[in-house]
Amino acid sequence: MSAVELHAHTDTHSHEHHEHRELNFIQKYIFSTDHKIIAKQFLITGLIWALIGGLLSLVFRLQLGFPGADLSFLKPFLGHWITESGKLHQEFYLAAVTMHGTIMVFFVLTAGLSGTFSNFLIPLQIGARDMASGFLNMLSYWFFFLSSVVMLISLFLETGPAAGGWVIYPPLSALPQAISGSGLGMTLWLVSMALFIVSSLLGGINYITTVINLRTEGMSFTKLPLTIWAFFITAIIGVLSFPVLLSAALLLIFDRSFGTSFYLSEIYIGGEALPNVGGSPILFQHLFWFLGHPEVYIVLLPALGITSEIIATNSRKPIFGYRAMIGSILGIAFLSFIVWAHHMFVTGMNPFLGSIFMFLTLIIAVPSAVKAFNYITTLWKGNIIFTPAMLFSIGLVSLFISGGLTGIILGNAALDIQLHDTYFVVAHFHLVMGAASFFGMIAGIYHWFPKMFGRMMNDKLGYLHFWLTFVGAYLVFFPMHYIGIAGFPRRYYSWTNFDAFNTFHDLNAFISVAAIITVAAQLIFAFNFFYSMFYGKLAPANPWRSNTLEWTTPRFPKHGNWEGPLPTVYRWPYDYSKPGAKEDFIPQNVPYSATPESNLPGEQDINLEEIDFEVVKDEQAH
Amino acid sequence: MAYLVLLASILLFIVVMSLIYRVLSLVKIANKTSNERVGFSNKVHAALFPLFFVVGFGLIIWYSGVAKQYFLPEAASEHGVRTDFLFWVTMAIICTAFLITHVLLFFFPYLYQYRENRKAYYYPHNDKLEVVWTTIPAVVMAILVFSGYVVWSDITAESPKDATVIEILGKQFNWHVRYPGLDGQLGAYNYKKIDATNSMGVDFKDPKSLDDFMPREIHLPKGKPVRLQIRARDVIHSVFMPHFRVKMDAVPGMQTTFWFIPTKTTEEMRKELNNPNFNYELACTEVCGGGHFAMRMLIIVEEPEKFETWVKEQEPWAKQNKEYLASLGINYDKLVASKK
Repeated sequence: MSAVELHAHTDTHSHEHHEHRELNFIQKYIFSTDHKIIAKQFLITGLIWALIGGLLSLVFRLQLGFPGADLSFLKPFLGHWITESGKLHQEFYLAAVTMHGTIMVFFVLTAGLSGTFSNFLIPLQIGARDMASGFLNMLSYWFFFLSSVVMLISLFLETGPAAGGWVIYPPLSALPQAISGSGLGMTLWLVSMALFIVSSLLGGINYITTVINLRTEGMSFTKLPLTIWAFFITAIIGVLSFPVLLSAALLLIFDRSFGTSFYLSEIYIGGEALPNVGGSPILFQHLFWFLGHPEVYIVLLPALGITSEIIATNSRKPIFGYRAMIGSILGIAFLSFIVWAHHMFVTGMNPFLGSIFMFLTLIIAVPSAVKAFNYITTLWKGNIIFTPAMLFSIGLVSLFISGGLTGIILGNAALDIQLHDTYFVVAHFHLVMGAASFFGMIAGIYHWFPKMFGRMMNDKLGYLHFWLTFVGAYLVFFPMHYIGIAGFPRRYYSWTNFDAFNTFHDLNAFISVAAIITVAAQLIFAFNFFYSMFYGKLAPANPWRSNTLEWTTPRFPKHGNWEGPLPTVYRWPYDYSKPGAKEDFIPQNVPYSATPESNLPGEQDINLEEIDFEVVKDEQAH
Repeated sequence: MAYLVLLASILLFIVVMSLIYRVLSLVKIANKTSNERVGFSNKVHAALFPLFFVVGFGLIIWYSGVAKQYFLPEAASEHGVRTDFLFWVTMAIICTAFLITHVLLFFFPYLYQYRENRKAYYYPHNDKLEVVWTTIPAVVMAILVFSGYVVWSDITAESPKDATVIEILGKQFNWHVRYPGLDGQLGAYNYKKIDATNSMGVDFKDPKSLDDFMPREIHLPKGKPVRLQIRARDVIHSVFMPHFRVKMDAVPGMQTTFWFIPTKTTEEMRKELNNPNFNYELACTEVCGGGHFAMRMLIIVEEPEKFETWVKEQEPWAKQNKEYLASLGINYDKLVASKK
């Protein structure tokens, strides 16, 4: 029943629009309840964070690539974190690493990717006027905004931002005596993350409700585009796992500020023995990775969903194995909850538990492999058009495979002993989760920019951006495998103290140069993005000749998305190059009765009159 | 000043990019002669993917040859040889998968690039194929899991009874080690007993601790099992001995352990690597603060006889610090006499 009510509510809402009740600037662009505006808010905030996160990575890459260099030129920006002798402060190095990780994982690839595209595409692709609750959706963005402000402030503290790694393992993160970033910086980190989790939950609940309840007539689950499947499952993972991170953070706040001992035991630091006994740092790791591992898929699944859509559209072919793709998303989602301890093989956890988690972890390779094979088969005998979005999607599949394969080594507890916390891990997750998800996000922006802003991005700049980024990503992350196999530990300010790690100076310098070029190449994208928003060529209604519903809306869809009644869906979203059809695509809202020449046996419109469907009746009455 | 320069370069960048943007748009309009759905650039990208593959793969092969000397530093423990073998077997499998998938992924764009007169093949699914490529990875994974499980179980099994026990304690930012001395047993410890002198918090009321000694470097007997008893006193550290394929976190409030058998003495390794300055090292691999990158300790592996001699030569810590013990109200000489 609630679905019907919500539906009716959004309908009236859109009627208000038809009567041209003008919203003022603040209502329209700042505190908007329109999912499209909220999506853009997430996107632009995410892109700004991506720039900050990228620049931070350059700071520590400079240190790693050129350990002897004079970094005094950074003094105007980093102040006392550049020492008198022009060296980067050791604790700020760790702070930069920590903030780079936090920003990229949460603010860019969770909020910026999932927040943007779930918001933008769910109502448009399922044929809804808006999210189930526009107000909660607005709150979701503003909690994220608050969280961003708090995190941003922490960057400017005198004691520096959090510096114990993005995984914030206590006791390091619990004791300001251990590292200065664990003072106020860590407090703000925790406050910011708590707000972020609220934002993520508000968003997630909304996405789930909307997908379940507000699908338009005919849009059954088996006709949903894979993007929506990915966002839907991602939201479910988030709703189930983020609260666990919140509880982990809450207990950490208690340990830090109220003298409890959840994670602290038998510690002697700063010349005194602390009174805490009985706690376990391992407990935190379990709680953290119970979110932390699903988080990998929260970041990756939306990117894979976006890629599925873009590859099918631009190969002019149905995505191969639609049901297998859904199955693998479900499989990955389920498994993502029971593999977390593979991050903890050498923490002193019971070795038998290690065996169990090794077994479960390696199973996850199977659905991942299925996805990769399906993408490749979709390209086979296609008629491929290389839009910038398509290039980034093919790039994603490559990065996903390259990074995923090394997971087979790291997921093996016996092999993880040597490689744990080395650059091999850094290479692995930057390829499979960092670069792949980032590519998904960029692909999504290129693909849906015309729908977001009614204008086209410049494709030539897009091509240049792709090749620089694709080559750059490989040049940065691939060599890290070599460094990792040689045993170089991660989060090291410098390796010269050790004979064993006193090699690869050239390679590290090379990686740093590649990183600088790759980050610089993103400026081309930033320019293209903002410039095209205002001066780009006006977009045609369906620039990529795509089947999904968002392309049936006007060029500049108002709040409510469709001018008239909501479109009805008759077919799945992947009728590309169907034999017999006049065009090489048949949108979802074209009934089978209109395409007798291409219908396969058994394909005919379902007689809607016979379906006793409350939503339908309600709409007709309306 | 720096900000001005930055601002000026950003402005310059925007101006230059706007010009490029406009030129590109004009060129596009000027070139628009036919109704073709794709332009020349489609052909360029179609060709660039296989080119990227060939060049990229060439680079990988070339550099792997260059970097080979640093790969998995020469294993010097019994289990290390086993994990290295498993590593290279797995590596061969994933490289094969990498090669096959990437050949397809990067050559399909070339082969199936857009052509005006062609229609893509409507091929929505093939359940047989799905079953095949679900089963093959599943079988390969099962084999890898099983072999990994066998090795992992052996490594993490109980250490042999006769293992030499060494206690390692991580702190910001160095390591301390303690050997049990001639009685073969480590004395008790309590973190509340830690102070500036007694950095490991050893309880000297426990008679077993009287002959414990704490050298500045780690000595290990070749060919004999060694069990590390690992703890930390402030934050989490991680014991990493790259040549022995040993890694285990040092956790405050919790003792962890790792045992292994060193197989090559430092001298043998120096000869083998043709590097007279070679040394085994202990490093920290869990971020622990500003000095994380500097927690180095030297490890020396020697023949068992030489190791035994070394152990006998070591003076117990308590004997070296009689005054400290006296300040705790413990008379070292008296206790030793009574123990005898």
